[in-house]
Amino acid sequence: MKITDLEYLKLPKWRRALIKIAQFFISIPKAFLNLFVKIGRFFKKVGLAIGREIKDIILTFKNGDWKTRISYVIMGFGNITRGQVLRGLLFLLFEAVFLFFMFKPTGGLYWLSMLPSLGKEGPGKAYDPIYDTYVTTYNDNSFQILLYGVLTIFFIIAFIITWRMNVKQNKLAQQILDSGKPLKSGKDDLRSMVDDNFHKTLLALPLTGIIVFTVMPIVFMILVAFTNYDGTHDGYSNALFTWVGLENFNTMLGIGNGTKVYAATFGEILLWTLVWAFFATFTNYFLGMLVAMMINKKGIQFKKFWRTVLVMTIAIPQFISLLYVSKMFAQNGMVNQFLQSIGVLKGLDYIHFLDEATPARISVILINIWIGIPYLMLIATGILMNIPQDLYESAKIDGASGWKQYTKITLPYMLFITGPYLLTSFIGNMNNFNVIYLLTGGGPTNAAASTAAGSAGYTDLLITWLFKITTGAESQYYFASVIGILVFMIVAAISLIVYNLMPSVKNEEDFQ
Amino acid sequence: MKQNENTSLKKHMGIKAKTRVSNTIIYIILVLMTIIWLFPFVSIVLQSFRGGPVKGMTNEIIPSIWSLENYVALAKTDFFRWYLNTLIMALVVSVLQTVIVLCMSYTLSRFRFKMRKGLMRFMLILGMFPGMLTMIILYRVLKDLGLTQANAVPGLILVYVASSGMGYYVSKGFFDTIPKSLDEAARIDGATRAQVLTKIILPLAKPIVIYTVLTSFMAPWGDFVFARYISFGASKGMNVAVGLFNWLSKDQINSSYTMFCAGGVIVAIPVTIIFMCLQKYYVEGVTGGAVKG
Repeated sequence: MKITDLEYLKLPKWRRALIKIAQFFISIPKAFLNLFVKIGRFFKKVGLAIGREIKDIILTFKNGDWKTRISYVIMGFGNITRGQVLRGLLFLLFEAVFLFFMFKPTGGLYWLSMLPSLGKEGPGKAYDPIYDTYVTTYNDNSFQILLYGVLTIFFIIAFIITWRMNVKQNKLAQQILDSGKPLKSGKDDLRSMVDDNFHKTLLALPLTGIIVFTVMPIVFMILVAFTNYDGTHDGYSNALFTWVGLENFNTMLGIGNGTKVYAATFGEILLWTLVWAFFATFTNYFLGMLVAMMINKKGIQFKKFWRTVLVMTIAIPQFISLLYVSKMFAQNGMVNQFLQSIGVLKGLDYIHFLDEATPARISVILINIWIGIPYLMLIATGILMNIPQDLYESAKIDGASGWKQYTKITLPYMLFITGPYLLTSFIGNMNNFNVIYLLTGGGPTNAAASTAAGSAGYTDLLITWLFKITTGAESQYYFASVIGILVFMIVAAISLIVYNLMPSVKNEEDFQ
Repeated sequence: MKQNENTSLKKHMGIKAKTRVSNTIIYIILVLMTIIWLFPFVSIVLQSFRGGPVKGMTNEIIPSIWSLENYVALAKTDFFRWYLNTLIMALVVSVLQTVIVLCMSYTLSRFRFKMRKGLMRFMLILGMFPGMLTMIILYRVLKDLGLTQANAVPGLILVYVASSGMGYYVSKGFFDTIPKSLDEAARIDGATRAQVLTKIILPLAKPIVIYTVLTSFMAPWGDFVFARYISFGASKGMNVAVGLFNWLSKDQINSSYTMFCAGGVIVAIPVTIIFMCLQKYYVEGVTGGAVKG
């Protein structure tokens, strides 16, 4: 496959394109290899860093005075005795809260000890001698055990980091005092919160929100994929749930000798998700660019009016516009009824816009154009205006036709600038819940798949399937999480490959 | 000489005629697009004024009986409760989310600290998980806190606001374009970093502040997934999207289709007016965000 530049330029155009495509595919395994090397390096770096930290902790203890050494057990002791009362008290408070949480009854230690089993005793029947009946008694709660178990692990990590900070501060304080300088007072600390450490103040709230409401739920849901948590094992009121290893992944991917229904459905939906994302992204991209060019053409009047009309679909909440459109194209919707009344359709015939597999798939792509073009029109307008006009003028002088100008100037420029946007929009479309769910609800139902797999339909994307499984009658939460993890892996793989191959991966500092 | 002039004139005319033809074609396409784009919206308004005994779907594009009864009927339902819920959510979320997004994006744009790159990479990876996945656990946790069903509004606000820091990309891109020399000059004059933000950057960041307020104000009006899951069948805790969606379910559509249209119009009007007024800022944000990735 190796050829010199000169040979390459001599080749006809189509062979050049072929070579480009071949090179793309050849570079994919390389990209993966790079990824693994990078991951390996990352772990090596982490390992080395931890080694360094441990060494430093030991050395600090060896070289420290008695204040430092006591701080290893009583956090903040060194700070308080050296005059940094505010810091010291905060450390001490944190340690007290941590120890209380860990050692109180049904505290951190209890949750940790239950984590491997996710509960020992499920709900049972107990004889009630007063009423002479059997009543249900509730015992362990798997959901709480998993949730608080995760929470405890997070808390322990936070404690280790804080403890490490405490040790480091003692070391620093000792060094500063040895060199004869004064330590920072509590007032200085407060002042630095709006100055040198202002970034910590600013990030505190957003990051807490992200950790509590995104990171922890995601960790929890990843763990759920390895359990049998569903509607009939809700962990408390009907039965406990427990770890099942990779069983759910095997079922979903059809590994082993279990049912293959899920694997077949998953494959079908994944294929459609990719097809949909491809068409949804590129139809919008090129048509949106075309519309932008038409509106921006010299001599076209009322530019603002055309733009405002198109932007209507962005302004009006999608659940109104998409739901209304889906009803317009329904079996007895306005379009079919109108066509019947003017005699285009005979009797009660109707066009299966949204209730037959292939027409429904085409319809959602077409209706998505209605929703999607305006965004691209806005973006393309902004970019097209930035293309230096002299490029076009010199092209005109050289006798380039309009089409030539488009393929040689406009398109490359657009593609270069919007490369990252295309990637995010492709991924956004893979997870485009609203358009699919509001238009077809994932339907028409795929009879082959519906018996076992949460009534998946022909227009279901992975994300709507996930939603259906979660809210469906059987509530197989573990399958929802398996799908979520697989979606993540697919998205991550696509992003990594495309991102590494993109020419416009720029250094962000270039802009500053 | 004369002939030469003639041919050039002819050529000129040719180009002009060509432009006229192509412009006419463009006008035709644009007019057709306008009709396609506006038809559903005009139609929903017309349907909302349709009176008479049939409340389901008909073949009437222009109603034969005009009436306000659908709007009157809305008052007898929970619609205005949903409307109030959504409005409260939208107002609170737009304020809190803007504060959080600005904190996040300003910090990541302006400060160079140890974990910065790692943090950004981490959030990029985090964003690749389908957010919907967290719904199951958030529901259970909020239920334990008593913030679901009828009390879903504060619960939903918490969910929307808490993870909004992840959407910092567009406004970080904007802050990146404000020259750093401004900060440095102010720092030399003795301003603290907090003063740099409040006195120098924020006044310059008006467009992106408005963009963030606008997008976070609009989001609760359209949210369907979390709102439906967390309000879970309790009519008092629903937002407009969930409530109106139920009116189009199979067993209700024949009695509430026109009411859905009326409700849709009442929801769409204020949101659309606000959007159109602030369109300029929205366009700036969207184009800036796309260009900078």
